[in-house]
Amino acid sequence: MDKILVGLKRVVDYNVRVRVKGDGSGVDTDGVKMSINPFDEIALEEALRIKERGEASEVVVVSIGTADAQQQLRTGLAMGADRAILVKTDDTLAPLTVARIFRELIDRESADLVILGKQAIDDDNSQTGQMLAAIWGRPQATFASEVVFDGGSAKVTREVDAGLETIEIDLPAVITVDLRLNEPRYVKLPDIMKAKKKPLDEIEFGDLGVEGSPEIRATAHEPPAAREKGIMVDDVAGLVAALKDKGLA
Amino acid sequence: MSRILIIAEHDGSTLNPSTAKAVTCASGIDAAEIDVAVFAADAGAVAGEAAVIDGVARVVTIERAENANPVGALIAPQVVAMADGYSHILGPSTTFGKDLMPHVAALLGVNQISDIMAVESSHTFKRPIYAGNAIVTVEAPADHVVVATVRVASFSAAGNGGAADIVAGDASVELPGHTRFVELKSGDSDRPDLQTAAKVVSGGRGVGSEENFALIYALADKLGAGAGASRAAVDAGYCPNEMQVGQTGKIIAPDLYMAVGISGAIQHLTGIKDAGTIVAINKDEEAPIFEVADIGLVGDLFSIVPELTDAL
Ligand SMILES: Cc1cc2nc3c(=O)[nH]c(=O)nc-3n(C[C@H](O)[C@H](O)[C@H](O)COP(=O)(O)OP(=O)(O)OC[C@H]3O[C@@H](n4cnc5c(N)ncnc54)[C@H](O)[C@@H]3O)c2cc1C
Ligand SMILES: Nc1ncnc2c1ncn2[C@@H]1O[C@H](COP(=O)(O)O)[C@@H](O)[C@H]1O
Repeated sequence: MDKILVGLKRVVDYNVRVRVKGDGSGVDTDGVKMSINPFDEIALEEALRIKERGEASEVVVVSIGTADAQQQLRTGLAMGADRAILVKTDDTLAPLTVARIFRELIDRESADLVILGKQAIDDDNSQTGQMLAAIWGRPQATFASEVVFDGGSAKVTREVDAGLETIEIDLPAVITVDLRLNEPRYVKLPDIMKAKKKPLDEIEFGDLGVEGSPEIRATAHEPPAAREKGIMVDDVAGLVAALKDKGLA
Repeated sequence: MSRILIIAEHDGSTLNPSTAKAVTCASGIDAAEIDVAVFAADAGAVAGEAAVIDGVARVVTIERAENANPVGALIAPQVVAMADGYSHILGPSTTFGKDLMPHVAALLGVNQISDIMAVESSHTFKRPIYAGNAIVTVEAPADHVVVATVRVASFSAAGNGGAADIVAGDASVELPGHTRFVELKSGDSDRPDLQTAAKVVSGGRGVGSEENFALIYALADKLGAGAGASRAAVDAGYCPNEMQVGQTGKIIAPDLYMAVGISGAIQHLTGIKDAGTIVAINKDEEAPIFEVADIGLVGDLFSIVPELTDAL
């Protein structure tokens, strides 16, 4: 394998409990901690391990977003990626448009493998990898928890509702990763210094020649329905009584 | 008027309840007609189950060897081949539907709506984002087919009083050979299925080991409940991945949910927001799980759970 593309989306950190803005126009992200989408760190870690095993020659991290996404790309470079590409846009692009961007970059970079997260934890869409596979006409191995290469194909174990499913896919292909695939490495200080010298190319979305897609518009945001305040019981007898009260025991 | 196609989920012999839930969602759209597509090697039994769901007009079976196992990349082109004339194509928001539906949408050149939790109108829906910390209303373009997944925890299953026609669909679409099913490993369990169980008992990191999970199973069995887990418990190898409840596991809505030795991280709570009654057993009175629990008990699970199992 020659080149692996990895998607790194800049998202609100998973520890932050976001709030809906008072006017319902969106969620409040002002001053909130931003990070690499946790699944994407796992995607990058997997790509780096593939390269370290000698099964790929280059790992390129890609982010589509505002100039701020440079931070996440720098972190990706510090983790060990060779190069970074920022596709700059101030708009929130729909998953099909993001997939079309990756499709274009696959051609420009002659990539053989694209590894993405199984979902971005902001919009919780879980769509981009599957869409990319569809428009590329190549296999998708979604929700991967184990990937083993064998020449021009790969066996991928997938976390599905019924348990663990294994499929075999021919390369080139798209893999989307689940949480148990690996544990991402920590970034060390010298790596951060080294990463500053690695190439980070910027391309304006408008210059890519990628067409947009029929947009699904967000018209309002609201907080989830609150649950009623519960009760505390002192012991098992109290718990059993409370359950009986609700007809649950 | 809408014409809606629902992609059935099944294991080759029985229909998954997510299908009847998707029918309920579809019924909330001003539907002229709801059809169900069954992709299988042998669709007979599953099609029969789909045909009795209230509100279904027609069941279309697409029988071929490649459909013996649900591989999204192979089913998607077959869905696209039959898409003409439908205003909506819906699948369940399970790993099956999440693998398949975005692929279908992209082949049709549209974006997809994930996890419909409420229908506002034929093209307007509500869905959760940020692990359920916000609900967004989305509007799909009226001049394109709507492709979406239905959040199964948000809808009850449609009834079983129908008698739809069963017809054979086109099984000759050319399929790619680049993806091959190898095997499915399921931990066999006699307990009720997590996604449909009326009661669920889940254990977390606090349970401490695979052996100790016997306590969770014993309580679950006493209640006739399904057994679930937090991600930390699955990661630690205490139980298999299909038991994980939460943002990246299963989203469930049982009448009773018992969280034992689970702290209540947002990603876990996402999976149980629609539960009827949440019970929390945790030794740390500050644990966030108590903020959402309807009934809380502070204490050591190793004494509480056996005592509770006996007392029920
Ligand atoms: C992208 C992402 C997705 C995630 N998706 C999910 C998901 O789908 N589902 C999920 O569950 N998590 C998910 N997580 C992980 C989540 O953030 C938490 O780490 C996880 O839920 C913690 O599991 P826990 O509550 O079992 O463990 P802990 O947080 O370690 O809590 C253990 C609890 O057990 C209690 N305890 C310990 N001993 C005892 C005892 N003897 N008696 C009683 N109580 C005891 C402790 O007080 C503590 O509250 C996700 C995280 C990320 C980043
Ligand atoms: N703006 C983006 N920049 C980089 N990667 C992205 C972007 N959007 C989505 N992805 C990738 O696609 C995966 C799935 O995203 P989604 O389909 O939005 O849930 C993410 O985990 C990323 O790997």
